[in-house]
Amino acid sequence: MAISKEDYAALARRYAPPSPLWKDCAAAFLCGGTICALSQLALALLQQAGADEETGRLLVMIGLIAGTAVCTALGVFDKLAKHAGAGTAVPITGFANAVVSPALESKSEGFVLGTAAQMFSIAGPVIVFGCGSAAVWGLVYFLWKKAGG
Amino acid sequence: MAQRIGAHTVRLERPPSVAAHAGLAGKKEREGPLGACFDKTFEDARFGKKTWEQAEQTLLQNALTLAAGKLPRTCPQPEAIFAGDLQNQCTASSFAFKESGLPFCGLYGACSTMALTLAMAALSVEAGAFRAAAAVTGSHFCTAERQFRKPLEYGGQRAPTAQWTVTGAGAAILAANGGPGNPRITHLHFGTITDLGVTDGANMGAAMAPAAARTIADLLRDTDTTPRDYDLILTGDLGFVGGALLRELLRREGFDLTETHNDCGMMIYDREKQDVHAGGSGCGCSASVLCSHIFDEMRRGRYRRILFAATGALLSATSALQGASIPGIAHAVVIESGERMTDR
Repeated sequence: MAISKEDYAALARRYAPPSPLWKDCAAAFLCGGTICALSQLALALLQQAGADEETGRLLVMIGLIAGTAVCTALGVFDKLAKHAGAGTAVPITGFANAVVSPALESKSEGFVLGTAAQMFSIAGPVIVFGCGSAAVWGLVYFLWKKAGG
Repeated sequence: MAQRIGAHTVRLERPPSVAAHAGLAGKKEREGPLGACFDKTFEDARFGKKTWEQAEQTLLQNALTLAAGKLPRTCPQPEAIFAGDLQNQCTASSFAFKESGLPFCGLYGACSTMALTLAMAALSVEAGAFRAAAAVTGSHFCTAERQFRKPLEYGGQRAPTAQWTVTGAGAAILAANGGPGNPRITHLHFGTITDLGVTDGANMGAAMAPAAARTIADLLRDTDTTPRDYDLILTGDLGFVGGALLRELLRREGFDLTETHNDCGMMIYDREKQDVHAGGSGCGCSASVLCSHIFDEMRRGRYRRILFAATGALLSATSALQGASIPGIAHAVVIESGERMTDR
């Protein structure tokens, strides 16, 4: 072809329809906000029922994870996430879905080498970086305390 | 005998006929504009099988069985199978036809496979190696998603340039003496790999458009024809983004495709209603559309000469992770049902 790689990259960019940024942001805000508001409401109800704050938070998180797992298995979660984007990806719902979806899908390759082996194929990096950064900041915090901060 | 004309195009002196053909598709494709054109559609994407991979095998088997069932009595049954799909190691095809008892040639051309299998089958029939040979190609949304992208139930957003892999298959049986009135494969053109540096796996149309432009331009020059000499220049699965890029690239080469170009990826779904972003993709896209709607329209006389160029993105999940750019390819065949085109 007579066209250079640089010129073609510019042409391809020009022909690519852009993402609907404002619509995506609004949907993410509304869906993410709703999930967080409902979680806060659940926490308030749990506290009213006698749970202390720490137990209440834990129960809400377990509820979000279990709810996501059920919605993923029923094939509903991806349909919501398609519109919600970051609204379902950023709360713990996104993490739960990233664990459950490959686990479900790899059932056909067996329980050990399929479900168990593939379960963290998407969420693995989140765990690695999450634990890694926790260790680094833990060390920083420890040294800071030692130094009398 | 097959004869090379120009730089890359092969002219078939005794063009084999498309004696029978069948196109199959899934539920989403049935709900699209071509839904009524397919020979058979399936409500359940698993076709009652335990795995998606087995479902794709069933799709390919069904395509060949249906096509073979439509063969006229005078026409011999296929003596060889040329088939391909998108699964790693082409397992959908080889597993589908392991019981066929026929010589099997597995071919990988990514989404260009329908044109590749047609070209190879046409060459072998024209050469007299087989009296009849089948070209079979298919893809399945679920196997392609899990192999190339994310798990099916993963909640993510698709880019506006992304395309939707078609669950569908097509089979065409080519015969040396298929009888009058059948479409015939008169020319074939094996594409040249073209890579203009696109690395975005969510924009396959842009990655493949240069290869399509190159193949179409080369074929037109080799045969000394213009886009107006064809009733339809049909690309495989460039979709809306790649289709527009192809027309622009060819306009710069001096070929105006505005009136004659269409793309199976643009035809198979309703872009507004079906949430498929830039259109359909997968080798089952062009296979199912060509082997049902297009061949049927040729028999009805709507199209007399078609340039069919199916495009493929020759990437793997590993090459994509390693950041390599996506090489594209486009294989083409000229299909005629009327008087033979005069070329050089």
